[in-house]
Amino acid sequence: MAVKDYIRERFFPQMWCPGCGHGIILNGLIRAVEELGINKNDIVMVSGIGCSARISGYLDFHTMHTLHGRALAFATGIKMSRPELNLLVPMGDGDALAIGGNHFIHAARRNIDITVIVMNNRVYGMTGGQFSPLSGYGSLATTAPYTNIDHPFDAVDIAKSAGATFVARSTTYHIRQLTDLIKKAITHKGFSVVEILSQCPTYYGRKNREGNAYEMMELMKQITTPVGSKAKKENPDLVETGVFVEIDKPEYCAQYEKIIERAKKDGLVRSPSTGRGRVSPGLG
Amino acid sequence: MGKPKLKEHKINRRWCKGCGICAHFCPKNVLEIDEKEKVVAARPEDCIACKLCELRCPDLAIEVITK
Ligand SMILES: Cc1ncc(C[n+]2csc(CCOP(=O)(O)OP(=O)(O)O)c2C)c(N)n1
Ligand code: SF4
Ligand code: SF4
Ligand code: SF4
Ligand SMILES: [Mg+2]
Repeated sequence: MAVKDYIRERFFPQMWCPGCGHGIILNGLIRAVEELGINKNDIVMVSGIGCSARISGYLDFHTMHTLHGRALAFATGIKMSRPELNLLVPMGDGDALAIGGNHFIHAARRNIDITVIVMNNRVYGMTGGQFSPLSGYGSLATTAPYTNIDHPFDAVDIAKSAGATFVARSTTYHIRQLTDLIKKAITHKGFSVVEILSQCPTYYGRKNREGNAYEMMELMKQITTPVGSKAKKENPDLVETGVFVEIDKPEYCAQYEKIIERAKKDGLVRSPSTGRGRVSPGLG
Repeated sequence: MGKPKLKEHKINRRWCKGCGICAHFCPKNVLEIDEKEKVVAARPEDCIACKLCELRCPDLAIEVITK
């Protein structure tokens, strides 16, 4: 299928600012789905609120545009009722790790088979350039005109320690790697997180004098290095890209299905045909 | 079957926002932003059909058609 078959053309040109990295993630994500050959009707995309979250409106999958920070709660419900579907949850850095931080860590802890794409532009783009938990110490934001004194989260470290079983990072500069990592994340059975460094030239770029969109992407090239490289040992400030975690661990929906089977044997389940519709002991 | 060769750049001028990402990262300096802030293929004869412009465009506004 062609790129056009995956988008809702009637909403184009899209609403993002010229050069916004979120559009490059949209582009790479479409290629990933196309290369995997997944039927678009087997994909559910659930997003929260933010410039990043607007991505769901442009894609012709089953889509839900939900509440700021809460996309993973909706996605968990959908995945548990229809585990055969592929769940994609694109999130802004604020959406994922400020207001949605608890949803993020607990979904990761359960290892539910959902693919999260953290579209990290280190700022609250949609609401006017406030700093986020990923802006970083010393950065500038509309709410930190004298520099930000908050230390940042590292999305990869959080995903790793919370229990995600696939964790990777790329940037909008590294377009082929970005696409490849999204493919791996979708294929992985379990909670997958791909952090993608994205540029917000309008707020983060302007405030921090990082230049226009392609200058910000040049910077991404400069500050990154493949995971485990020698360069990282020589310069610890470099940001690693690539796959950090790829492990097998029991997946939540599959385990839940087993619990239902056991409960059925004990006569605690009313509808064996669907396996759902449970009742408490004594009420059946 | 050799390497794919360029047939044409299909540019959607309505969607293009003139961000310059495609032109800046083109390894052969094929593309330019015109006075209307839209991309044009100024030197198509130099294009190696690597498709990096198409893959990096945030607006899905440029497509590299090969023969
Ligand atoms: C419950 C709630 N609180 C706050 C907001 C306001 N709000 C909308 S988007 C946003 C942050 C967006 O930042 P991010 O998630 O990083 O996405 P970006 O726009 O940068 O892509 C905030 C605080 C909201 N919509 N709902
Ligand atoms: S404000 Fe920033 S994140 Fe939002 S569309 Fe513009 S460039 Fe993108
Ligand atoms: S990258 Fe896309 S939107 Fe930007 S100038 Fe090129 S064609 Fe236009
Ligand atoms: S296909 Fe490659 S060489 Fe040709 S215009 Fe695009 S980026 Fe330049
Ligand atoms: Mg953001």
